[in-house]
This record gives sequence, structure tokens and C-alpha cells, in this order.
Amino acid sequence: MVNIPYEPPMEVNTNQISKFISKISIPWTITIGYLTIILLVPMAALILKSSTLGFGKFWEIATSDVAISAYQVTFITAIFAGLINGLMGTLLAWVLVRYDFPGRKIFDAMIDIPFALPTAVAGLVLATVYSPTGWIGQFFTPFGIKIAFSQLGVFVAMLFISLPFVVRTLQPVLQEMERETEEASWALGATDWQTFRLVILPPLIPPILTGVALGFSRAVGEYGSIVVIASNIPFQDLIAPVLVFQRLEEYDYVGATVIGAVLLLISLVLLLVINFLQKWGSNYAEN
Amino acid sequence: MQKIKSVETWLIIVALAYLALILIIPAISVFYEAFHKGVQPFFEAIQTREFTVAVELTVIIALIAVPLNTVFGLCAAWVIARNNFKGKTFLVSLIDLPFSISPVVAGLMIVLLYGRNGWFGPFLESIDAKIVFALPGMTLATIFVTFPFVAREVIPVLEEVGTEQEEAARTLGASDWQIFWRVTLPSIRWGLLYGVLLTNARAMGEFGAVAVVSGSIIGQTATLPIFVELAYKNYQTEAAFSAAVVLGLLGALTLIFKEILERKTKIKEV
Repeated sequence: MVNIPYEPPMEVNTNQISKFISKISIPWTITIGYLTIILLVPMAALILKSSTLGFGKFWEIATSDVAISAYQVTFITAIFAGLINGLMGTLLAWVLVRYDFPGRKIFDAMIDIPFALPTAVAGLVLATVYSPTGWIGQFFTPFGIKIAFSQLGVFVAMLFISLPFVVRTLQPVLQEMERETEEASWALGATDWQTFRLVILPPLIPPILTGVALGFSRAVGEYGSIVVIASNIPFQDLIAPVLVFQRLEEYDYVGATVIGAVLLLISLVLLLVINFLQKWGSNYAEN
Repeated sequence: MQKIKSVETWLIIVALAYLALILIIPAISVFYEAFHKGVQPFFEAIQTREFTVAVELTVIIALIAVPLNTVFGLCAAWVIARNNFKGKTFLVSLIDLPFSISPVVAGLMIVLLYGRNGWFGPFLESIDAKIVFALPGMTLATIFVTFPFVAREVIPVLEEVGTEQEEAARTLGASDWQIFWRVTLPSIRWGLLYGVLLTNARAMGEFGAVAVVSGSIIGQTATLPIFVELAYKNYQTEAAFSAAVVLGLLGALTLIFKEILERKTKIKEV
């Protein structure tokens, strides 16, 4: 009798493959399926809808006077908000990490207010506090400065929502920075200013820029707080996301689609910039 | 030393003054404005039908969106933290995408898809289903803007925990479900809870994306954040602040739980 040898390896192999498939299929299916339904198909709808218009028509709507002024208000205000928060956020992160003072932990926790407070509420309270008779606004009224319901209101709302990004990106980097290098710099006779400019600041540049970019990206897309604090008048304080909303309310789906597509494109570019900055930052940290 | 000390004091004063002007004073004012005439106006406002509808809608949407996003977030985190494959970085960026897209644009996408002139519009009309200007669309918009949170928080925790315990359980004959419930889930629970907390805060507070698809009819499709805006623009300041203070409390609770969970997990996230 000839014994046909039993071949366990084959058996095990198919078993392993089927086991592997049964193991991965549920999470993979849910991840890919969910992303497709929730994110990819809607994005495709926006991109394809705007591409059916043809380039000429798209360009005409995307560069109409109202749209251009809305981009300008959005970007110029967001850039200023980013600059101020780049500076003040760095100072706040520095103060919260390096110095000890009463209530430090509470102030630190408060940095997250913009993440926890719904944007509609943020807009409501900012509009109230910065109104001509409000707690803070009243001090600007004698100088003829109107904050709420003007472009300055948009600016304040953008400061509010983008502040945590700089502080939270910078804090871990500051915590890991070795104080020995600063002390060495002092010991070698450098002044405070030299130490700050040549020793402390360089490694902080990538995280500061990352934080500013994150905050800027958030500010450019912000709707909730700004629609409440601004008067939303074209050519004055109308921002691009509010323009999209107004177009939809007027049933101008084409206009909304085009400006929406422009905003989508801008946010994708900003995402690339942020990824680049984060890579630069982590390379910097490794060297 | 004296000079350094005084520089330090000035830096602290300037930093905290800025924080107060931009964040703290506005945040405190919500409680003052809601209650400075006593609690009577607040209790009157929250008993109106429009307010009750807004609360119900907000809670229902969160009750649907948060569990769905939790399941997705766990799956996505597992896929990313436990597998190596081409395009992993791309998948991570894809999951982060809703954070960069303007909420209004997110809402617009849903209108273009399910609205009357949208891709699925004619089909939905033929079966008499309404998604835009109704609860399903508002829920979809909420899911869109909140789905990254859980995955983002769970991925680093899963990576840190490693696979040793899971492998040990498998060797001992545990099934996938047993491993998930008894080994993986307990070790990632704080990170998961943190993600769920952020998801819920954003889901209940989302305004832009939901406003686009809701049609914003007070008493019908207005969630609490939409109620705040509509009441304010209609000069019903007291009603606006009554709703705002409820959302403000939600925010305060979120911050407190966040602090507790951060102590447990030692994470601090952007």
C-alpha cells in the first residue's frame, strides 16, 4: 500500500489566509465603506458638479467681484489673526510652561475653551462683549472704533477660534527643550536677547508656523462665530464661507458650488502646507 | 535676578491679559447675560416649545452620530495602528480631512448629493424620502464634521499599548471578539473616552454644517446652536442666551472631563 503523504503546510496556509481575511474584513470594510459614504462621495459630488460648469463659467463665478472681496476679507483677516496669535500664542505657551504662578493649571485648561464652546455661542458672546456698549467694546467706542458687526469683529472671532492651535502645538516642544543649552549660552556670556534669538527661538519656529497654519486653516473655514458677530455685508465684512451659505439660501446652487469648490481647494493646499511644516518640525526635533 | 523676575511678571501679565480679553471674559459673559436678571427669564425661555424641540433634535443627532463615529473610529484606528500597508499616511490624512474643510462646504456637499437637484435627489423624491432640510441630512452633516476625533485619539494609544497582550490572548485560544472586549478595549478605554467626549462636544455644538442642511426653521429643524443664532438675529436676546448657557455648561463639563482624562492618559491634543 502506498501511503500518500498528508500535506499539512497547504492546509495551514489556506487556513491562515481565511483566518486573516476573517480577521481584517470587518474593520477594513467599515473604515473604507464609512469613509466612502461620508467623505469621498460627497467630495466627489462637489468636484464633479463644479467641473460640469466648464472652466470659463467656473472662473467667471469664482472671480466675481463679490467673491474676490469675500476671499480678501477672509484671508487678510485670517493672516492678521494668525500673526497676532503666532506672537501671543507663543508668549502664552512660554508663560504656561516656564513660569509658575497662582491658577496656572486653570489658565492652561482655559486655552481649550474654543474647542469646547460651540461656535454659535462664541459668536454670540463675542458680539455682546465687543458691542459698542459691551464689557470690552465700550472702551473702544470713545475712539470711534466699532468692533462687533465690522471686519474687526471677524478678526476678534478668528483670534478666538485659532488661539489654542499655536499654544497646544508649542507646549510639548517647549516642555522637551533642554534648559542646559540656555544656561550654557548665558554662561558663555550671551545676553538675554542673544540667548532668545539664537538658542531658544530657532527650534520653536517650525511648531509656531505649524500652529499658525492650523489656526489659519481653521479661521479661513470658520462660519459659526463669524456669521453672528459680523454684519455679513458684501464688500465690507462678508467672508467666503458665509457667501457660500447666502448663495445656498438664494437657491443659487451653481454659485455656492463654485465658491465652495474654491474653498475646498484652498483647504487641501493648506493641509499640504501643514503636513510639510509638521515633517520639517519632526526633522528639526530629531537633529 | 531682580530684573529677570520683573520681566517674568510682565510677560505673565501680558499673556494673561490677552487670554482674558479673547477667551475668558467672553466665556464668562454667557453666564452673566443669561442670569443677570435672575433665573426667571431662563426658566421661561427653556419651557417654550421651540426650545424643547431644539434640545430634542440636538440630543437625537448626537445619539446617532456619536455611536456610529465611535464604531468607525475604533475600526479605523485598528486598521491604521495594527497594519502596515501602502497608502497608510494617505488614509490618515483622509481621516483628518474634515478638520480642514469648512463646515459650510461640508454641508454644501450633502445638499449637492441629497438635495432636490442633487445626485440622489430624483431617486429620494420617488421613494418620498427627505434627507436635506430634515433630520437625516443634519445627522450626516454632524457625522461628517465629527468622525475624525475617535480615530485620532485611539491610534496613538493603540500604537503605544502594542500587540503582546493581544497575541498572548490569541495563543490562549481567545476569539477575536473576546480579545477585543477583554484585552484591547480595557487598555484603550481612556483614550477612547477622550475621543468620544470630543466627538460629543462637537456634535452637540456643530452649527455651520448643520445650518446649511437644516433650512433653519425654528421649532422644526433648529438645533440648539441654530436656535442661538435665530433667536439672536430676531432680537430675542434672552432666549438666545438661555440656549447659549445650556451649551456653555456642556462646554464647561467637556473641559472638566477633558482635564480628568488628560491626567489619566497624559495626552494633550490639538
